[in-house]
Amino acid sequence: MTVLMTRRNLTLAALVVATTLPLSVAQAQQATEIHLTYSNGQFQPQEVSAPAGKPVVFRVKNLDAKAMEFESTALRVEKVVAAKSDGVVNVRALQPGRYEFYDDFNDKARGALVVQ
Amino acid sequence: MLAALIIVFREVFEAGLIIGIVLAVTGSVPHRNRWIGGGVLAGVAAACLVAAFAGALSQLFEGMGQELFNAAILGIAVIMLTWHNVWMARHGKEMAGELRAVGQAVAEGSKSLLALAVVVGVAVLREGSEVALFLYGIAASDGGSAVGLLTGGLLGLVLAGAVCLLTYFGLMRIPPRALFATTTVLITLLAAGMAAQAVSFLERANWLTWLDRVVWDSAWLLPEDSLPGRTLHTLVGYTDQPTEMQLVTYAAVILVTIVLMRLIGSERRAPSSRNRLQQFVQ
Repeated sequence: MTVLMTRRNLTLAALVVATTLPLSVAQAQQATEIHLTYSNGQFQPQEVSAPAGKPVVFRVKNLDAKAMEFESTALRVEKVVAAKSDGVVNVRALQPGRYEFYDDFNDKARGALVVQ
Repeated sequence: MLAALIIVFREVFEAGLIIGIVLAVTGSVPHRNRWIGGGVLAGVAAACLVAAFAGALSQLFEGMGQELFNAAILGIAVIMLTWHNVWMARHGKEMAGELRAVGQAVAEGSKSLLALAVVVGVAVLREGSEVALFLYGIAASDGGSAVGLLTGGLLGLVLAGAVCLLTYFGLMRIPPRALFATTTVLITLLAAGMAAQAVSFLERANWLTWLDRVVWDSAWLLPEDSLPGRTLHTLVGYTDQPTEMQLVTYAAVILVTIVLMRLIGSERRAPSSRNRLQQFVQ
């Protein structure tokens, strides 16, 4: 896993301005990871929590045969997650509060991130 | 059905506005329909391709493929729009003043049309790939509701077409003389807004972490996902929680456009275009 990551990072480094990379890696490491699954048009779990002041990384696993769009206006994110695949969504460090997210393609699927 | 209509309309609304503006900008240019139509078709084809490979695209760059792809195509659109403005500052007089000043203007005009066709293509591609995914999901799922949802989706497309026409005819009511100044401002702000949006994608991908503090939150006043919010988002790049980097980029694009228009535009026809530029700056 680490070997794989390093190799990918090397490819990235060739493409990006070298200075942005150490920052982004540092930030990704201290982020809180949140795993969500999406199946039968619902998020599982529907409520998740994270500590305040740290970036959050959502890993959304879409088990349905349809694409979904993980979106949240409060979190400033939107991301299409294709059918039967995974999506990674980065969120900046947050203030305490309740942040709702939803599937933009299906208004019945809703959930919330509670930051304490 | 209503849900499908709203979703599709919301996605293609932005593309409708942009196509309307581009149609108005190119109002007097011969063969423009061919170019813009080509841009739309290319955008639709590309949108279907992107939708088909959405999963693979996502997995690139450690899961940040979509964000970087969006940032890249927005970047292309910003360059094309800026280039169009600079080009118009130089040749606009011949085109707006005398429609019959064809000859070389047409040959050169097609270069600018290509830039705008790319912008149209990019707008359609960005919004269209989500619509394609959404409609595909509906079509693939069984059940009687699929027909209703598809109808809703198609109606949403028709409504977006109406937005495009409204924008176009609204702009065409402006007298030709003022139209040039208006569209120059519109295109500049459109480009600045797209650049700020590209920054936001790079921020989401964690590729850009400088100056990423949110400067203000005006969601209580004008939420970005409301219809007025979306309109302003497309037209002038309104966002309810801009970061410092987004604001800096926004200002930089406007500044660079003004400087380039002055430098390149005034080279050729000093007095008249300078007047116009000054109007623009004020």
